[in-house]
Parts: sequence; structure tokens; C-alpha cells
Amino acid sequence: MSVRRTRATAVRVLQQLRHDPRTVALLLAVPCVLMILVHELFVGRPQVFQSLGVPLLGIFPFVAMFIVTSITMLRERTTGTLERLLTTPIARGDLLGGYGLAFALVAAAQAILVSILSFGLLGLEADHRAAIVLLAIANAVLGMSLGLFASAFARTEFQAVQFMPAFVLPQILLCGLLVPRDQMAGWLQAVAALMPLTYAYDALKRLADGLTGPRFWLDVVVVLGVTVLALVLGAGTLRRRTP
Amino acid sequence: MEGLTVVRGGREVLHGIDLEIEPGRVSGLLGPSGSGKTTLMRAIVGAQIVASGSVVVLDQPAGSPPLRSRVGYQTQAPSIYADLSVVENLAYFAAILEASSKRIAAVLDVVGLRGHERQLASTLSGGELARVSLAAALLNEPDVLVLDEPTVGVDPVLRRDLWATFHGLAAAGTTVLVSSHVMDEADRCDWLLLLRDGSLLASGTPEELRVATGERDLGAAFLTLVDAAEAGAS
Repeated sequence: MSVRRTRATAVRVLQQLRHDPRTVALLLAVPCVLMILVHELFVGRPQVFQSLGVPLLGIFPFVAMFIVTSITMLRERTTGTLERLLTTPIARGDLLGGYGLAFALVAAAQAILVSILSFGLLGLEADHRAAIVLLAIANAVLGMSLGLFASAFARTEFQAVQFMPAFVLPQILLCGLLVPRDQMAGWLQAVAALMPLTYAYDALKRLADGLTGPRFWLDVVVVLGVTVLALVLGAGTLRRRTP
Repeated sequence: MEGLTVVRGGREVLHGIDLEIEPGRVSGLLGPSGSGKTTLMRAIVGAQIVASGSVVVLDQPAGSPPLRSRVGYQTQAPSIYADLSVVENLAYFAAILEASSKRIAAVLDVVGLRGHERQLASTLSGGELARVSLAAALLNEPDVLVLDEPTVGVDPVLRRDLWATFHGLAAAGTTVLVSSHVMDEADRCDWLLLLRDGSLLASGTPEELRVATGERDLGAAFLTLVDAAEAGAS
């Protein structure tokens, strides 16, 4: 791996985004608008917003980065730029590292913006706010690495977009956000235990409640571990030689 | 290259090709669309899974890590980022190839795109896109240049200049392999490889092919060789 090539890739990805201001605006504005919607939806029951708010801070960047990365990577595959890059000395780690760096920056901007809005204007209460923002960024990177991996299984952008409801929506439904997991059917709990977002949700929830014991750190380790695993598996799908 | 056989989509597209490309000259890989030119070039740059046979480039197996900075490859479809400007594209590939940033201006001159630096690639014409793609392959002055149809959509004046550039690079010791499906480019090559249906029909200098077939026109020479091959097969 090379620092120069990783940095160049990150700069390139950010330049691509800069030429697409509408995407940047959507990435930054949509989570804020959704958060305001959730706040207004439960305006009569503020305790609901208090329990949803912090997990949502992490889930929004997770979803956004999953979609953006899977589409960007698919584009890299279909336009031939990936094939070209893989005939050059670039290491696959440089490419993925560059993507990770660029999208983590975007995710940080996104997470910070929604956090300022939620904690500042919408009256969301939580301990460990800085740690919550960091965890939200970790969630974004998790979404990115899963999106990268998923993109290997899409041949067209239509398919890649469908991966959002296929891969991401079940995780949102089952992570505990909508129904506490101990109230779900046993087999649903078992399925939820296999999904990375479940651990991301738990970590955020525990952090918001000030529960930073061993269970919290286990959740964090699972989130980071799955991120690395998906990146390694994703790297395996970037083949220098293709049929 | 010895006995190169490639299977794509369940079909054998290259049937045991043996060939050698000499350094310091411009070799032309000619043949109709679908004859296997791109597959052959992908095998040389190490991007193609091969069924059997061996490809050796600069004494190393094709695609081996030391070759990645010594072999420049221009794909047939322009493989650059449409949502970046011309100079951003080249700056990125220069960083990847560890070429100096001074080379960016130099390659822009070569492909005649000075003045287009800040233009977004998606607003360029097809021919201009192909030239940015070519420029990226020239950045690190590789020892071997594999160019897949680099002159498609290029106006006659620039086409002449590009061929002059290829010969200049070859004179400086670069091995240049250029593919084309247009026979009127054959005369610009020092050495010709005629490919048809995944087999090497003939190779030699343009003059040798003329003498062998008794045709003045290389297009006609190609047809004569096809007829001869088919007569031999039946």
C-alpha cells in the first residue's frame, strides 16, 4: 500500500463529489430533513423522539454511505476505470482505503450536521455526544464497506439500487429501532443477531443511556470487525484478471 | 506469446496464438471487429483470464507486479472519470503511476488537448475522451504501450500527429502495439499482425505482406490471405 496513492484516490473521490453539488446537498440535507420529520411526528410524545433520535444519528449515515458507495463502485467497474486502475501499480488496499477516507470525511460532515441540529435545535438529550458522533461516523464506514462488497454482486445500477431495500431495510426493521428485540419472535431475534446494524444500534443506544460497560465495547468491536471483514471480502472481489 | 487460448462466455475466442512483438517499433494489430484484438491486448496487460498458453512481457509473466508501472494500457472505451475535469483525471493517474506532474502538460500537448484542462470530461466529444484516455497511458513513459484503437474518432491531422508520436516513442525504444479495424492505418505500422476469428492470419512488414499476396492495397492483401486460409481449411 502507498500513502500517496491512497491519498490521491481520496482526493479524486472528493473531487468527483465536488463536481456533483446536488449529491452533496442531498447527502447533507436529507438526514436533517428526516430528523426534523421524526421530531415533528412525535411532537406530542417527546420520549419517543428521545429514544429514536440517537440511533437514527447513526442509521442515516449508514444508509446513505451504503447507497453512494455501491453505486460509485459499480460505476468504477462498468466504465472500465477499475480495469485500468488494476493494470497500474495501485494496490487494492490503496483504492479501498482512499474510498474509505473520502467517504468517512463526508460521513463526518453529515453526522456532525445532524448532531448539531438534533442536540442544538430539536432538544435531543444524551450523554457522550462526541462519542455518539464518532460512532455515527463508524456506522457510515460500516455502510460504505458493506456497499462496496454488495456492489460486486450487481451488474447494473438498477440492481445496485435494489440492494438498499434488500440488504439495508431488513436490518433497520430488525435492529430494535421499531420494536424492542426482546419482544420479537425468537427466529427474528436470531436473524437480527446476524445483522451488523443490530450491534451498531445497540452501541448507540447504550451510549445514549450512559451504559459504557463491556457489552457496549463488544458492540463496537463487532461493528469495526464487520467493517474490516466486508472491506477484505470487497477487496477480494476486485480482480486484476477477469474473464 | 505462446499458444495463447482464451475462452470468454463459453466460447473460445483466441485459438492458441503464437507471436512475438519486437521492441522499438510500432506493431499494428489489425482485424475486423470481433476478431479478438481487445482480448489479445487484455492478455498482454494481464487483465484477461487465459485458458492456456503463456504471455511474457519484458521477460516477466504478463500482469506480474513489476510490469504494472512499465506497461501502459489504453482501453477501447475511454476509461476515465466523466465527472472529473481533464486535468483532474490526469493528475489522479499521474499520482497512481508516480509520474511527475510536469508530464500532465506534456501529454496534453501530445494528444492536442491543451486549453481543455479545466473542462469536465463528460462535456468532451467521443474523440476527445479517447485522447484523454490515451494521455493517461502516456503519463509515466512506459516501456510497453498497448493502445486499443487509439485513433477512433480522431480528425486526420491529429491522427497523423498521433502516429508520428507513436513512431517517436518507438524510436526511443518503446514497444508500441496499436490495434485498429481500419485497414488504411496498416501502412503506418512497422509490423503487422493480422487477426481473424481468434487466429493469427499473417504477420510481417507491410511490404512483406504485399509481396506475399501480390496486392498493392493492404486491404486487398488481407482479403487474399482470408481466402487463402479458407481454401486451406476446406
